[in-house]
Amino acid sequence: MNNMALPSWANWAMLLGLVAFIGMIALSIRRNRGVKRSLFAYPYGLWIVAFTLIPLLLIGYYAFTDRAGAFTLDNFKTFWDSNYEMHKQLIELGVNPADLGIARGNVNVDTLVYSLWMAFMCTLICLVMGYPAALFMADRSFKLGATLVILFIIPMWMNFLLRTIAWMSLLEDNGLINTLLTALGLPKMRLMYNSQAVLLGMVYNYLPFMVFPIYNSLAKQDRRLSEAAMDLGANSRLTFLKVTLPLSLPGVVSGITMVFMPSVTTFFIPRVLGGGNTEMFGDLIERTFLSADNWNVGSALSLIMMVLILMSLTLLRKADPEGEGSGTL
Amino acid sequence: MSKIFKRGYLTLILLFLYVPIVVLIVQSFNAGVSRAKWEGFSFRWYIDLINSQSIMNALYVTVTIALLAAAIATVLGTLAAIGIHAMNKRPQGIMMTMTNIPMTMPDIVTGISLMLLYIFTQIPRGYFSMLLAHVTFNIPYVILSVLPKLKQMNKHSYEAALDLGATPGYALRRVILPAVMPGVITGALLSFTLSLDDFTISYFTTSPLVQNLSTLIYSEARKGIKPTMNALSALMFVALLVLLLLVNRRASLANES
Repeated sequence: MNNMALPSWANWAMLLGLVAFIGMIALSIRRNRGVKRSLFAYPYGLWIVAFTLIPLLLIGYYAFTDRAGAFTLDNFKTFWDSNYEMHKQLIELGVNPADLGIARGNVNVDTLVYSLWMAFMCTLICLVMGYPAALFMADRSFKLGATLVILFIIPMWMNFLLRTIAWMSLLEDNGLINTLLTALGLPKMRLMYNSQAVLLGMVYNYLPFMVFPIYNSLAKQDRRLSEAAMDLGANSRLTFLKVTLPLSLPGVVSGITMVFMPSVTTFFIPRVLGGGNTEMFGDLIERTFLSADNWNVGSALSLIMMVLILMSLTLLRKADPEGEGSGTL
Repeated sequence: MSKIFKRGYLTLILLFLYVPIVVLIVQSFNAGVSRAKWEGFSFRWYIDLINSQSIMNALYVTVTIALLAAAIATVLGTLAAIGIHAMNKRPQGIMMTMTNIPMTMPDIVTGISLMLLYIFTQIPRGYFSMLLAHVTFNIPYVILSVLPKLKQMNKHSYEAALDLGATPGYALRRVILPAVMPGVITGALLSFTLSLDDFTISYFTTSPLVQNLSTLIYSEARKGIKPTMNALSALMFVALLVLLLLVNRRASLANES
């Protein structure tokens, strides 16, 4: 590869460190009788510190400092008011921003609210579409259930960029759906470049994450419970509402977690299927970092997102303390 | 009636999931450029694909990084799992929390935090930095596939080996490793697959000069999609399908035994 960046001293130092560590472990296994097995976890511990903890601390560091490295809360104020920097500079110049008609810039907050709303809608649609699918698949009289589960997994194995691009060729102005419509003598529809298209792409990508946990919790239910309810005179609707549904709730909670979390941070889908005003929080963070080149504000935005995710995870864990239904691929 | 409804519903959902993929694969064999009109069957785009230098470069980067990252992550992760398993309750809890952090973190934050690390330590972003990032997100999956195997193991067999005169190294190789091997292989395959498929983290940890297939698809998608991308998708789909069938087969075999 001619275009590969040459490793600098830092690369070599890290590589050497890694090799030395593995070598040390190998040596200690070979020669020392009394070696403690817990030592084997040390290289990984070091790796975690270097590549997970320190990077996270860096996000924290950039979020609370300005470009010069001094402590500041301005990055969070910029989240609240995207014109904050401008305001500050104007006031320093002795100009009242209100006189110039510059109000609070609400882009960042609006994007966050929009992302949360889209993630909520996506989760809701996945739940409404996915629960019946899981229920029908888990039905004992339905022999194809296990095969269908595999059929649900297969599309997830496709690269998510490609899955999203696949929708593009269906929805485009000259795409398959519009060609079909024209062939039928119907007017063309504008299917892409709006929130609905983004939502469609999200549901398409995340639906299986909702179906599996629910299917798992339904499939492992003790069937005798619902039979007992029937024997005791409940009709099938009442049995479902009072027995099957409550017992499947842990799976529902897992499903909600597995759909909502990636939905909030959705990245790329809005850019491909959406129009100019469908930017989501993941794209905003990326744009702040790479296009606007503002790591400080970008870090603050990342931090806000992480806190939101941790909060929702904690809430959802409370609803499903055993983490049932998770652990599916 | 209700049976027909149920089957009809499931069929609709499956159609929803498969129509885009099928359309994409069919298009990859379309002789014309149009995405809506069928202009005859051809392997044209597959030939273009093989002749495209940038795609072949990206393929090379993707596969070598996936192999290297899987190998490094498997070694580190297996050692870590053995170590964590032998630890006392408290350090064990700390290690497991640390293992879970990267798994709950959104990809975009993982990618960005690593990007900041590389900028801060002046490690140039490229092949090497992407490799390190891939190892980082792979290790937890290896640990989580090896740990259950360690828990299933008879606690006393390792000690018995030591009592019978085996050195710890020998006991590790002849007693522990064979017992956890299925988990190790599952972890390695899982790592390889995750690494092949990753976009977000690679995007932030590489430079535009060193692209893997995902980041290449991303930059191409912004310019408008060429039919070669369809051919590439079809191939990647089939490759991942075969790989994950392998992983699943292993997992189910391991569950049975």
